[in-house]
Amino acid sequence: MMDITQNYFEFLALPVTYQLDLQALSERSRELQKTLHPDRFSHLSDRERRLSVQYTAYLNEAVATLKHPLSRAQYLLKLKGLDTFSESQVQLDPMFLIQQMELRESLEDIASAADPEAELEQLRQTVEQEMKSLREQFDRYYQQSTPSAYEAAAVCVRKMQFIDKLGREIEVLEDQLFDE
Amino acid sequence: MALLQIAEPGQSPEPHKRKLAVGIDLGTTNSLVAAVRSGESSTLSDEGGSHLLPSVVRYTEQGVVVGQAALAKASVDPFNTIVSVKRLMGRGITDLKGLQGEAVYRFSERDGGMPFLQTVAGDKSPVEISAEILKTLKARARAALEGELEGAVITVPAYFDDAQRQATKDAAQLAGIKVLRLLNEPTAAAVAYGLDQAAEGVIAVYDLGGGTFDISILRLNKGVFEVLATGGDSALGGDDFDLALAQWFLDQLGGKEVVAGESRYLTEKARWVKEQLTDHASVTVELDHAGQRISLDVSRELFDGLVEPLISKTIRACRRSLRDAGVELDEVQDVVMVGGSTRVPAVRSRVEQFFQRAPRIDIDPDRVVAVGAAIQADVLAGNKPDSEMLLLDVLPLSLGLETMGGLAEKVIHRNSSIPVARAQEFTTYQDGQTAMMIHVVQGERELVSDCRSLAQFVLRGIPPMAAGAAKIRVTFQVDADGLLGVSAKELSTGVESEIQVKPSYGLDDNEIADMLKASYSFAEDDMVLRHLREQQVEADRLLASLEQAMQADGESLLTPQELTHLSEQMAILQTLRNGSDAAAIEQGVKVLSQASDFFAARRMDQSIKNALKGHTIDEIEGDS
Repeated sequence: MMDITQNYFEFLALPVTYQLDLQALSERSRELQKTLHPDRFSHLSDRERRLSVQYTAYLNEAVATLKHPLSRAQYLLKLKGLDTFSESQVQLDPMFLIQQMELRESLEDIASAADPEAELEQLRQTVEQEMKSLREQFDRYYQQSTPSAYEAAAVCVRKMQFIDKLGREIEVLEDQLFDE
Repeated sequence: MALLQIAEPGQSPEPHKRKLAVGIDLGTTNSLVAAVRSGESSTLSDEGGSHLLPSVVRYTEQGVVVGQAALAKASVDPFNTIVSVKRLMGRGITDLKGLQGEAVYRFSERDGGMPFLQTVAGDKSPVEISAEILKTLKARARAALEGELEGAVITVPAYFDDAQRQATKDAAQLAGIKVLRLLNEPTAAAVAYGLDQAAEGVIAVYDLGGGTFDISILRLNKGVFEVLATGGDSALGGDDFDLALAQWFLDQLGGKEVVAGESRYLTEKARWVKEQLTDHASVTVELDHAGQRISLDVSRELFDGLVEPLISKTIRACRRSLRDAGVELDEVQDVVMVGGSTRVPAVRSRVEQFFQRAPRIDIDPDRVVAVGAAIQADVLAGNKPDSEMLLLDVLPLSLGLETMGGLAEKVIHRNSSIPVARAQEFTTYQDGQTAMMIHVVQGERELVSDCRSLAQFVLRGIPPMAAGAAKIRVTFQVDADGLLGVSAKELSTGVESEIQVKPSYGLDDNEIADMLKASYSFAEDDMVLRHLREQQVEADRLLASLEQAMQADGESLLTPQELTHLSEQMAILQTLRNGSDAAAIEQGVKVLSQASDFFAARRMDQSIKNALKGHTIDEIEGDS
C-alpha cells in the first residue's frame, strides 16, 4: 500500500553525496519521526497506525543505511545500478587478500600475546586506518561519475566489507578477553 | 448525501474529554500503577495507603489473593503462592531448569512446552498469574481515578525478547486492559527524569530490578528520547543477590537438603539482611534450622564479596552498550539509577566508579518507571495534542532465521531503531523442494540451538524447481512495541504465508479467548454486547479521524468526486454503526478503511513535505 518512490536521500531532503552531514541526517530524522511515528497516531484508527508503522520503518531503514559509511557507499552504488548488497562471490586482488590473511593471523595470535589489550588496540587502529583510506578512495572514484569509476568504487566497497567484518571480529574477541 | 460537519472556529467538534490512562510497572518483586493528575504524574495507592503491590499471587480454594496478604503466606504455602512470576514469562519449561529458586513450584507441561504451575485452584500459566496482578492494579486505578480506563502503558525490561513481550501483552489482554504501548523500563525512567529537567544530551539508565537488569543509553533532544543502544540480562536481579546469600546461609548450616518452604524462608531472611546492610555495616540474623536457632553475623564486606560477580556482569553490559551506542564514556552527562536493587551500596559505588560520576537517585528508584509510563500513557491517550514528547526505541536482541546446518542468519540486528521492516531472500536446498520450514529465532549467537526459538511455520506450494532456483523472500516487521510479524513469499508464483509471531511458549488466541470467557462471570449476552461496543468504538474512531482529515485537507488533497464518494461511504458506516450488527460494522470499517487508504497516504506524504519544508532546495543545490 505504501508507495514511496523517493530514494533515501530525497526522502530525507539531503543531497546525494558520500560526504554526508551526519548532524543534518539526525536532525531530519528527528523532524520526520515527530510527524510519522506510530505514537503520534495511537489514538486514531488502526489504518493510520498501520500506515505510520510502514513509513517509520522506511525512515528507520533510510537512516540506518545512510548513517554507516559502508552501507551508505553501497546504497550510492545501488542508485547507480551496481548492487553490492547481495553479492556472493567476489574477486579481489591477491595483494589485498594476503594482507587480510595476515591481519586475521595477528587477530588469532592476540589471545596468547603477552599484552593482549595493547595488541588489540594496535590492530584496531590499523583496521580503522585502512577503512579510512578506503572511504577516501571510494569517494574519489564515486565523484568521477563514470561507469569505470563506479566499478572501481565497487571494488573499494568489497574491500570495506572485509575490513568491516574484521572490525566486528575484533569486538567479539574484546568481549571474550575482557568479559570473562 | 450527508453534509460535512464543520465545527465553530477554535472549537473541536467534540468537547474535549480527558481520557483516563495509566502507566503500569509490572515488576518482578513489586508492581505499581501511576497516572497523571492535574499535570503531575504520581503513583496510586491502595486503600491502606501503600503504593507498592508485592507481585505475589496466592491461589486458595476460596479464590485468588494478590499482594501483601499473599506474600505473608509465601513460605507456609509455597506451591500455591507464586512469587517473581515475571521470571517465568515467555519461558519454556526447559529454560526454567536453568533458573535457580523457581524449583519450588510443581510444573506440569502441556503442548508446546509452556510451563503451567500446579496450584490448589488448578494449573495456572505465568500469563494468567501476571493477569491477576494487572487486574488488581486496574481495580486500584479505577477506584482512584473514578472511571473506566482508556488504556495503559505497561513497562517491560528493555532486554525482554519477543516471547516475553508477547506474554506480557497477553496478560494485559486477559486482565481486560488495552495496551497503548509496551514501553521499555529504562526509557520510562528517562522520561520521568528528562521531562522534569528538560535535559539535553546523552544519559545512561542503569536499571537493576528484582529479576532483571537493563542498561540503556539514550540521547535526549527537544522532547525526543532516542534510545541509542540497550543491553542487559533478563534473568539477573536482586533476587539473585538474595539467592547468593541464602546459599551462603545454607553452607553455614551444613549444606543439608532443604524442603521447598525452607528454601523460601532462607531467601526471605537473605533479603532482609540485604536490606539492612544498605544502612548498616553488619547485621546479625537468627535462622531456625532443623529445630535449632542459629545466629549468623553478616558484614557488608562479606555480602559485597558474594554479589561481586553479579555486579561485574552488569558493568560489562554497560561497557558493551556504550560501544554499541557509539558513545564515549565522557559524553555521558547523567547516570540514572532505577530499580530497588540499586539501593545496594556496592552497586552504587561500582556504577559510580565505572561512569566516573555520581549516579542520580533523586526520584524514588521503585516508582520512577511507573511515573514515566504514566506520562507516556497520558500523551498516547491523546490528552496532550501539543506535546513534543516522542520515545524512539530499539530492538534489544537480533532477529533471524534458521538456515542449513542449524545456523542462525540475522535479518534484523540488535539495536536497530523500531519500527523496522526488513526482507531477506532465501532459496531451496534440494531439487524439486516444494515446502520450506521458516524457523524464527532471536539472539546474538551463531547457532540456532543457542538462540531463543520464537516460532516455526511452513511455506508450502513452492513450484518444483532445481535446487537454488526458487526465490523466497522472508519479511520481518517489528512494531513500536517491539513485537514481530513475519511473512514469507515465493517470488515466481506469489505463494504467501504470514504469521504474527506467537511465541513457542505462549498461548494461542483461542486459549486466550477461552480464558477470557472463563474469567468473566457474565453471560454470553454480555460477550456479544462487549463485542458490539468494541466494533462501534473502532467505527467511531475511524469516522472521527476521517472527518477531521477531511476538514483539514479534504479540499486540497481530494477531487470533488473523491470527496463525494468518501462522504457517501462514511454515511454508510455511520448507519451501520447505529445498528446492532457487530459483524456488519466490522466489515463496514474494513470497507471504509480501504476506500480511504489513498487519502491517508496522501496526507502522510504531505506531512513529510511539511516537516522538511525550507530544507529542500537551497541545501541540495548548495552541495554537489
